[in-house]
Amino acid sequence: MPRLKSFEELQKLRTQLQKDLAARVDTSTTITVGMGTCGIAAGAREVMQAILDELDARDINAHVTTVGCIGMCHKEPLVDIQQGDEPRITYGNVTPKMVPRIIEEHLVQGKVVEEWAIGRVAAGQEG
Amino acid sequence: MAERHRADLLVSCLHGRCPELIPALQEEIERRGLAGEVDVVEAGCRGLCAMGPVLLVEPDGLFYVNVQPADVPELVEETLVKGRAVERLTYKEPVTHQAVCHYRDIPFYSKQVRHVMRDCGMIDPQSIEEYLALGGYQALGKVLTTMTPEQIIAEVKKAGLRGRGGAGFTTGDKWTSTRRAADPLKYVVANGDEGDPGAFMNRSLMEGDPHAVIEGMIIGGYAIGAHQGYIYVRDEYPLAVKNLGIALEQAREYGLLGQDILGSGFDFDVKIVRGAGAFVCGESSALMQSVEGKVGEPRPKHFHATERGLWDRPTALNNVETWANVPLIINNGAEWFASIGTERSKGTKTFCLVGQIQNTGLIEVPMGITLREIVYDIGGGIPRGREFKAVQTGGPSGGCIPASLLDLPVDYDSLTAAGSMMGSGGMIIMDDHTCMVNIAAYFLDFLKEESCGKCTPCREGIRRMLEILTRITEGQGAMADLDTLETLAKTVQSASLCGLGKSAPNPVLSTLRYFRDEYLAHIVDHKCPAGVCKALIEYFITAEECVGCGLCRRKCPQQAISGERKELHVIDAALCIRCGICHDVCKFDAVGVR
Repeated sequence: MPRLKSFEELQKLRTQLQKDLAARVDTSTTITVGMGTCGIAAGAREVMQAILDELDARDINAHVTTVGCIGMCHKEPLVDIQQGDEPRITYGNVTPKMVPRIIEEHLVQGKVVEEWAIGRVAAGQEG
Repeated sequence: MAERHRADLLVSCLHGRCPELIPALQEEIERRGLAGEVDVVEAGCRGLCAMGPVLLVEPDGLFYVNVQPADVPELVEETLVKGRAVERLTYKEPVTHQAVCHYRDIPFYSKQVRHVMRDCGMIDPQSIEEYLALGGYQALGKVLTTMTPEQIIAEVKKAGLRGRGGAGFTTGDKWTSTRRAADPLKYVVANGDEGDPGAFMNRSLMEGDPHAVIEGMIIGGYAIGAHQGYIYVRDEYPLAVKNLGIALEQAREYGLLGQDILGSGFDFDVKIVRGAGAFVCGESSALMQSVEGKVGEPRPKHFHATERGLWDRPTALNNVETWANVPLIINNGAEWFASIGTERSKGTKTFCLVGQIQNTGLIEVPMGITLREIVYDIGGGIPRGREFKAVQTGGPSGGCIPASLLDLPVDYDSLTAAGSMMGSGGMIIMDDHTCMVNIAAYFLDFLKEESCGKCTPCREGIRRMLEILTRITEGQGAMADLDTLETLAKTVQSASLCGLGKSAPNPVLSTLRYFRDEYLAHIVDHKCPAGVCKALIEYFITAEECVGCGLCRRKCPQQAISGERKELHVIDAALCIRCGICHDVCKFDAVGVR
């Protein structure tokens, strides 16, 4: 264990450690993966793992949660991204390979990947 | 090094309730192949003790109560794999029985303001890394790099922080006196000797977030110019001792304790001193005697501990909860802290709700909240539809506050004016089946044992008051007893050295003040209105209700009940020992007490 020599070192360590507790720290970004039987069969677990790895590698603070089947089984794996009050965007037929681009464009650059997006729900309008 | 999890399961309240729960969760998570993405954390107290073990799933905020190992497969399948709530394990609203899935929607929590207890139940208390990740020791870093000791004291004073151990002395003033004392060798001490029966705020804090106490002490040490701190914990709190020990060790390894903390040149360390569990050792001068290895007895206060305390050196002694408030004030500022609470009582206070209350547990509320909000909104009211009768605040030597004062704001001054005190935060709720004379006797019985015996008024006075109260509960009381009680109480109050003796008469004085009619009923009418005092009550069976089932006859240990099947039963008062079993077992409410 490193002996901390200054306040700056303590602050740097905190930033590193925060990743461990990402699930417990409030964030405005939530990524939801459809994990019904249909989703899992279509490869949602691998997609979710790819999302977790990508967030980790790029040091992005976002919550990743799972939901059951929403009925669009043919579009699974489904991934929803909700940022603050922005409309919630749904991506369909997501594969692990698509994940880096979605994270890069949607979360980092703030542009929806239109060609893969299959739906959008304004905040506060969902069922 | 960091490992990102998509979900954290925070398991709380394992106090002997279910040690197998965490291994069961880990095994199931492993079996389902979720080990890399879901973390199981043994966290500190979440306060809802009545329903432990409890489990919080973050980031969703799903909250499960009374979780057993048998529930684990379903819980993992539904919540972690499919992202659904397991409704049968959620909290049920006591009145409507509606399921409340999310932590933040449960009234028990939504009415609370958790600042001091913010990390309790949110982090693994044995991991300094989790405390650091949530901003731990940032306040320490801030004061060491940007603030002078005088600025820290000014900030704490401006925040209006008052001692959380009960007396409510202004913390900033205490620190100022200690800093100004001429002796260069000074100490800081944390009082974790929580001795009130039914109180466990300090235990939960030390167990669930030990670093918060330690960080506060280091800041305090820097502010007053001390280099050594002591935490006095009773040995009956083994997990608190253990977690504090681990925390100190980890803080030393990171260079947050010891020499040259964070490269600032400031040296400070903390030792744990285990107390043997004497109630009087919660009193500051007795506590310091005990730390020195002497018999824990209070000493006269010709001089303050801030001048001559531990080993006759200037000492700043504060309750562990007071210490845990310090990093909050430094991080958020004095204005923020002072914006919570009332004119003269700032910030929040933790309380333990025990006795006849639906949601037994540990709460944190802003100062100035009313007793009614605590009892009904957070506590969920009185079980079995009974009536609220009184709440005792301030531990065994606090006073009993009646229903007519339920709208009293909870702050230092209002509680004192009502004949009770803030104390360290015990709150014992009593319903209409509680006899106030009996309860006063009960508390005196505790205090009789715990009086150290140094001052005659306390040692003898408590015993004599107890004798009189016992006589009254046995129906042998006389009207003159009430005057004698008051005289004795005032003598004990004014002629004892320490807080124990000074406050010991509170249960007598407050019940005499608010429940005098009950004393009169015992003395004049030879009745106990609550139906508790055995010498004054009589059980009877009402003809209208009794169906002659014979249950009471079979259960009576004295064979005092007779009656034919399907006929009215009767109790023979001469044989009856007033155990109340017939009353408890009757399904038709046919057994009454008068």
